Amino acid sequence: MIALAIQNATLAVVALLTGVALVAIALWLAGLISPRSFNPQKGEAYECGIPTRGESMAQFKVGYYLFAILFLMFDVETVFLYPWAVRVHELGTSGLTAIAVFFGIIVLGLVYAWRKGALEWK
Amino acid sequence: MQDLSVGTAWLHSFLTGYIPEWAAVTLECLLIGVGLMLLYAVLALFYILFERKVCAYFQCRLGPNRVGPWGLLQSIADMFKILIKELISLNHVDKFLFALAPYLVIIASMLAFAVLPWGNGLQIIDFNVGIFFLLAVSSIGVLGILLAGWSSNNKFTLIGALRSGAQMVSYELSMGLCVVTMVIMAGTMSVGGIVEAQSHLWFIFSGHIPAIIAFVIFMIAGTAETNRGPFDLPEAESELTAGYHTEYSGIHFGFFYLAEYLNLFIVSGVAALLFFGGWMPLHIPGWDGFNAVMDFIPSPIWFIGKAIALSFIIIWFKWTFPRLRIDQLLTLEWKYLLPINLFNLVLMVMIVTFGLYL
Repeated sequence: MIALAIQNATLAVVALLTGVALVAIALWLAGLISPRSFNPQKGEAYECGIPTRGESMAQFKVGYYLFAILFLMFDVETVFLYPWAVRVHELGTSGLTAIAVFFGIIVLGLVYAWRKGALEWK
Repeated sequence: MQDLSVGTAWLHSFLTGYIPEWAAVTLECLLIGVGLMLLYAVLALFYILFERKVCAYFQCRLGPNRVGPWGLLQSIADMFKILIKELISLNHVDKFLFALAPYLVIIASMLAFAVLPWGNGLQIIDFNVGIFFLLAVSSIGVLGILLAGWSSNNKFTLIGALRSGAQMVSYELSMGLCVVTMVIMAGTMSVGGIVEAQSHLWFIFSGHIPAIIAFVIFMIAGTAETNRGPFDLPEAESELTAGYHTEYSGIHFGFFYLAEYLNLFIVSGVAALLFFGGWMPLHIPGWDGFNAVMDFIPSPIWFIGKAIALSFIIIWFKWTFPRLRIDQLLTLEWKYLLPINLFNLVLMVMIVTFGLYL
């Protein structure tokens, strides 16, 4: 069991290194054959030809933040469903009641967010 | 059903006959890496051509047909063209994060790619929490996109990245819930186990209504996850030039392009795994002759065939529906898909606990 887990983890590292290698090799190849020319205009931000005004890493709409927070809550709650989902067949009624309470809390959370207007894009 | 793990076991014993164990394992890891990279590149090139051809036929055009027979070499020519483009170094970008973003995007898709069940005994990573691992690594992609948009120091890329972030995290929720629904059905999170659980009948047929609802939601969420039309507003070219990858040039842009097409394959591959049995051939209980005939078709062909058929549906979406606005997009997810999904989960639990499935 542990040997299998180690094998899988090794293979995951192999896949990760493959991804890194793919990017590195392609960048190296492109560096070898792609042309280079220097021009001060080239380094400017591309905003349809008009010179950029001000800092671009600026404030942004708070709505995005709100949805990120909502996602965080619901996603973590979904994660807790997985261990139960694997054992549904064996757990039977006791597991069902336990998860029903948990599930009720998730739904309540959604209802609360909805009633408070967190799901509106304003 | 041919078990292809015989081949890998033979390779291992062949190698250990000549070289020590550790060297054989290293060589095998290297082979897996090269194989993954080749498959990744070939599939991405195929998908680019596939999408262009399909789109052309939807619009009554011919599509690429000059380079090679039937335009087959077009995407290879495109790849060379993108390689010889200059990598422009920009003045105001955050250099480190700007360079890091393509790595994250490619790594996310590569890790998810390695978990897919390619065939009987042809699966690279088979964790006992496989499908969960897949969801976890695919969410790294969002980080890459957010970093790309933010580090470019450009208003358009920032807006594109934020839209993309909001969209991808929202739809990931639906995807996760669909996966939970199917995990309840399968009773295991291991990718190999989910495929095995469908050996008598695919889940889409045996799971009754909840499986079908989950499949429809999964396809919608998957389309949004891959930032494809009608959910392509992170790169809405009429408003944001090109969205989060506006400032990337040459092969740097190519990585985002590559990962986008590979994510299309991964999403359809996961849909094929969860609902259409992965590499499992079409089996109908009772029809033994038919099942035996279906077993003759090699398992990798089944898997890739199903994945391509499902990606055709996603491409079809893109050329059929108009683009959504961001408020419509978030409303669709949070007010429609999420409640339906939660309801669907309860339905699936009912079916599984009362043993109503086929």
